[in-house]
Amino acid sequence: MVPESYYLALSALLFAIGTVGVIVRRNPLVIFMSIELMLNAVNLSFVAFGHRLGSHDGQVMVFFVMAVAAAEVAVGLAIIVAIFRLRRRLSIDDLSLLKW
Amino acid sequence: MPLVAFCIIALVAVGSALGLVLRRNPIHGALFLVVNLGSIAALYLMLGAEFLAAAQIIIYAGAIMVLFVFAIMVLIPGKAETGPDPRRALRLWALPVGGVLFVLVGVRVLIPRAAPAAGSAIAPGGIEAIGRLLFTDYLFPFELTSVLLLAAMVGVLLLARRRA
Repeated sequence: MVPESYYLALSALLFAIGTVGVIVRRNPLVIFMSIELMLNAVNLSFVAFGHRLGSHDGQVMVFFVMAVAAAEVAVGLAIIVAIFRLRRRLSIDDLSLLKW
Repeated sequence: MPLVAFCIIALVAVGSALGLVLRRNPIHGALFLVVNLGSIAALYLMLGAEFLAAAQIIIYAGAIMVLFVFAIMVLIPGKAETGPDPRRALRLWALPVGGVLFVLVGVRVLIPRAAPAAGSAIAPGGIEAIGRLLFTDYLFPFELTSVLLLAAMVGVLLLARRRA
């Protein structure tokens, strides 16, 4: 029987790796994929806690997170493709119009 | 024995996450993410969430990652991340910040507190119990999610339209 804290430690590690990926990478698609990695890490902790408390609420939360993540990926990729189809360079540093 | 299985799957998950973050080629990163999603699905199976494991493979690895691969193929001529990084020093701060984040989150979730008495570890019912919850306690978020998906679909169609 694997203690739930192992799952939570793995979830924290994946979340940290995803965060580093969002900050360090310059390709917006890889940044987006790192965000998906962070979402999956949180899903894992939801399921681990639900397993520990013996209720199915954790799995229902993950169900909703998956649905929202799917919608977010569709819209986000449409935005990224719409922006970067005009330019030839694909770097996140170019999107600085909103910088103060 | 479950501990050995968990360690192997966890190693695959962490290794593929590092592969996603470290590889230059975004297609390689996408493939590493597919491996990661598969290992997360295996962990769901170990936690008794069979429906979620199947949904993870179908939705995440099967639909979302296909979307990503299509987007990467469309944008490849953009030549991602060429040239030296003008903000390299600032970005390298991400590594200690990531370590601090891991320590903070890990300490927070791993310190044993007065936990509520754990119910039977594997609640029976599987998909029937999830369906029952979705249509009773979580009915309002369920309906909102359908509205959200409709809005996302309309938004994507609008964004993908060619400006005539």
